[in-house]
Amino acid sequence: MMAPVLDVLSWVCLLGGAFFLLVGAIGILRFPDFYTRLHAVSVCDTMGAGLVLIGLMLQGGLSLVTVKLLLMFYFMLFTGPTAVHALAEAALQGKLKPVVDEHEP
Amino acid sequence: MEYFIDVVLLGLLMITGFAIVRMKSLLAVAMLTSIYSLLSASLFMVLDAVDVALTEAAIGAGISTILMLATIALTGDEEQAPRHKPLLPLIVVFTTGAALIYGTLDMPHYGDPAAPVHRHVAPTYLQDTPEKIGVPNVVTSVLASYRGYDTLGEVTVIFTAGAGVLALLGYRSRRRNIQGREIKRLVVLRVIAKLFFPLILLFALYVLFHGDYGPGGGFQAGVIFATGFILYALAFGLGNAQRLIPHQLLRIMAAVGVLIYAAVGIESMLLGGKFLEYRVLADDPVTGQHLGIMLIELGIGITVAAVVLIILFCYVSRRD
Amino acid sequence: MYIAVTIVILLAIVMGLVRAFRGPTLYDRVMAANMIGTLTVLMVSVLGFMTGRPEFLDIALVYVLISFVSTIAVLRVSIRSKSATEAGKE
Repeated sequence: MMAPVLDVLSWVCLLGGAFFLLVGAIGILRFPDFYTRLHAVSVCDTMGAGLVLIGLMLQGGLSLVTVKLLLMFYFMLFTGPTAVHALAEAALQGKLKPVVDEHEP
Repeated sequence: MEYFIDVVLLGLLMITGFAIVRMKSLLAVAMLTSIYSLLSASLFMVLDAVDVALTEAAIGAGISTILMLATIALTGDEEQAPRHKPLLPLIVVFTTGAALIYGTLDMPHYGDPAAPVHRHVAPTYLQDTPEKIGVPNVVTSVLASYRGYDTLGEVTVIFTAGAGVLALLGYRSRRRNIQGREIKRLVVLRVIAKLFFPLILLFALYVLFHGDYGPGGGFQAGVIFATGFILYALAFGLGNAQRLIPHQLLRIMAAVGVLIYAAVGIESMLLGGKFLEYRVLADDPVTGQHLGIMLIELGIGITVAAVVLIILFCYVSRRD
Repeated sequence: MYIAVTIVILLAIVMGLVRAFRGPTLYDRVMAANMIGTLTVLMVSVLGFMTGRPEFLDIALVYVLISFVSTIAVLRVSIRSKSATEAGKE
């Protein structure tokens, strides 16, 4: 009884995650400035990765595979934003200026 | 479906290769090389070669990139204009390549099931491994047991590389650490590094001893172990990292790994077998094989980790 | 339907590669490389499930850690390198 519900839930998570990853990739192509692109990648990537991993965990059931996926989820949750933070710091130190709109109402 | 993924990955590899050749900034080239190794690892994975994919991911995308970055930090990161016309070297390369390809036309076709290596050697390994050695991962059994002498040579080569770098570059210990303002900037990285450093080391141990049952083994584990220390050095400064694992210890570790490997071989001789014949190490031949494989994987891991750290510390400690 | 997820991830990798080739500054390229790393980890995990071989998760775990350390290493080197102060042009 639980199996079809878990299955549907995992597919929803997987497809949702794929959607977010695609949105992040489109963002990295189309945004005008480095910092905006960074924002798009970091948020969408982590969200998409989290959803895909949760979807896979639901497929795996209670086993060693799920433990490994949980570890991966934990790693990505911490290292993703840290890498992005380090990137932004390095860019600021390299004197890369964000594009700022000067004519504000 | 797999065919489609193969084609796409190969196409991406080609495009990345072209981009590497065309770019002028060497830091970007280092990043692109890391992407290239990563795509290769995915390709190996799709081809079902799991151990090779793990090694390529750990070494090609990790340590090679970091070594290249350390070199670029020393030499400068703009590509200089070539000083000669490449026509003559191009002709030489083409001629040599054509001669080599002509030389291989005599050999059996790639992947031909009637070739001797597929008729005699590979089936023997596949059939005998479960009964005589008892490890599920045939790659480990071939690497560590059937071709153990070969692997001893490889570990010795790695050790020699470390010794060569030490002899050429020398080692200087760094007293100066990261100064005031930069510490504040690195706070996030330090917290995360403190969190992940023990996890990475633990994961390296897992990969080392799980190599019998899944992808893994000594080489990958050594590289992952070294990566943990590299993370520490990046976050806390080279001086602190050198205080954490002093240079004498690294040199001793590099030698100890090779010694463990050779000692296992000599022990088998002392117990009545031939050099590196593991089955005499215990009463039951299969237990002997397990014991032998575990010990030599430990030796490999120790040497690889120590040599990678020696090379990197020698490079980085040369700056200013 | 794992195939749909794999195709989407491959598409995202191609888009990341475009940014890695085009991106005017060094930091764009580092960001693209980091994103491609995360996407490859996900693709490896999904492929592992698709072919029924959970050993692939070991590769994915290793690569998450390695890509993180690699990105941090590039950034620390670029901070010290002298041409980084020109906003890492080209």
